[in-house]
Amino acid sequence: MTQPSHQPPRLTGEALQAGYDTRRVLDGVDIAIEEGKLTVLLGPNGSGKSTLLKTLARTLTPSDGHVYLDGKDIHRSKTREVAKRLGILPQGPVAPEGLSVKQLVAMGRFPHQGLWQKNAQQDAEAIREAMTYTHVTEFAERNVDALSGGQRQRCWIAMVLAQQTDLILLDEPTTFLDLKVQVDLLELLSRLAHEKGRTLLLVLHDLNLAAAYADQLVMMCDGRIVTSGAPSEVFTAPNLKRVFDLDAHVIHDPESGSPICVPRKRNQPATESDVLALQRCAM
Amino acid sequence: MRQTVTLTLDSKVQSDSKRLLHSLIMLSLLLVASVGLSLCLGSFPTSFTQVLHALAAPQSSDITFIIWELRLPRILLAILVGAALAIAGAILQSIVRNPLASPDVIGITSGAALAAVLFLALLSTTLSIHWLPVAAMLGALVSALLVVSLAWKGGISPSRMVLVGIGLAAAMGAGTTLLIVISDDSAAMTAYVWLTGSLYAAQWDDVRGLLPWLVIAVPISLAFARHADAMALGDAVAEGLGVAILRSRLVLLACSVALAGAAVAFAGGLSFVGLIAPHLAARLVGRNMARLVPASALVGALIVLYADLLGRVAFLPKDLPAGIFVAGIGAPFFVYLLHRSRARF
Repeated sequence: MTQPSHQPPRLTGEALQAGYDTRRVLDGVDIAIEEGKLTVLLGPNGSGKSTLLKTLARTLTPSDGHVYLDGKDIHRSKTREVAKRLGILPQGPVAPEGLSVKQLVAMGRFPHQGLWQKNAQQDAEAIREAMTYTHVTEFAERNVDALSGGQRQRCWIAMVLAQQTDLILLDEPTTFLDLKVQVDLLELLSRLAHEKGRTLLLVLHDLNLAAAYADQLVMMCDGRIVTSGAPSEVFTAPNLKRVFDLDAHVIHDPESGSPICVPRKRNQPATESDVLALQRCAM
Repeated sequence: MRQTVTLTLDSKVQSDSKRLLHSLIMLSLLLVASVGLSLCLGSFPTSFTQVLHALAAPQSSDITFIIWELRLPRILLAILVGAALAIAGAILQSIVRNPLASPDVIGITSGAALAAVLFLALLSTTLSIHWLPVAAMLGALVSALLVVSLAWKGGISPSRMVLVGIGLAAAMGAGTTLLIVISDDSAAMTAYVWLTGSLYAAQWDDVRGLLPWLVIAVPISLAFARHADAMALGDAVAEGLGVAILRSRLVLLACSVALAGAAVAFAGGLSFVGLIAPHLAARLVGRNMARLVPASALVGALIVLYADLLGRVAFLPKDLPAGIFVAGIGAPFFVYLLHRSRARF
């Protein structure tokens, strides 16, 4: 393992304001994505997580503020040059009918190929590696639309991996998938950060999975970042109340120590002894 | 283990491009044979040897005239028109991400038709009929520009473009009908044949008029084929891959408009080819743009060539517009293919 924490962040956003048409969604966001870590954006629906991700990925232009990639304004850089360093997987991508897994993954090579210049061997190697890493090699020739949701999402992740970027942004990569499939995907993504030193930024909906896999949590509410830090520091009952308006208590997984939130049932208010009992069994 | 996986992958890839090459060679051979057949058939009986002779050593004879001035330009025009419409259709289906799109959906055909009928009704007495293609081309360009600018909203949304195109096409269709109804019989007749799509009395000038559009637009389309493939994954994915969406879409759209507009200008309302040819080609080579362009071009050329051949020889002494056969035989065949494959739309 490298020592990524000492590297300065390559992707930063400063005083970002962004939105759609007249509706402002981001209201002054400052963020720096830590190198070689898995960072998760958390927040209730409409808090601006996806908008922030899109703005950082330069697919949405901020009305005010700047995004810097390696010190250069990302919205003024050549989009193909950015694509060599930063990959993004948007929410719920749909593959055209009849596209094979191999063809989809090969699309990840787009920014590295010009009209005349093409390194076939390098491309083939990147595609092969990405497919092996995501375990999609066995259905390389099958059509993407014929696969299950989890397999399909692995193919899309393979496409982004074939792009060979140090920074990877994913918008809700686990939504609508079974819990087991979500866990497998998050294992994969966390290995990418910790074994391969890639920098990942994810939008997730599941609080406990986010707390279990994130190195850094960024909690958003109403277009602002409320708090950010390691799950052990920021994944607390008061913060969940503040960000999500969620009444829950936070316990710790006895095995990994990662925090887990358990929502309080409204009709049966938990007594203090209940909480103590839960905490005891967590220890 | 990994070695074997690698090996099978590579061999798959090889067989895939072999299949492509195979398809393209078969289609090309079929086209060459069809050209030979078309050269031999016509209202004036000509034998194969006579045709060969006239091609190899042109003399001032009737047969030489028939082959060189009547049949050859018409055959070449059919090929170019078919290829241009098919490529235009393939590009457009990819841009709007809808397999049911044809050059009609962005108003190319209806714009060209309105301009052509307008020309026939108002200007044909003062201007030579040779200006008809120019008028039709202008009509196609103006209506495509109109569709794009009306659908513009900080960029081009494909679905909005289709809706605007359909609306505009309906309005221009009404204008075309109105003009035909109020113009005199001979102008209305000419207009009607033009609307059906015909290669009757095609000349070398027509071939020379259409060819430059293909020479310019086809290489550009091929150069942007990868961009089209990336955009087929959705705008958000394509942007992430580094595609300059707006620029690529405009370039591809311009190619499509130029190809379809030029083809329609010289052959009239044959644009149904633009819908079916890419589909048939996609069955052979898949939807990958760089493959679909040459395959569609060959399929489109074959369709128009045979439609025109049927029109020329099946109902002698009448010379029927090729458009009748493109739609009359092509449409049921198309429906049959879709039915058989139970394709999902």
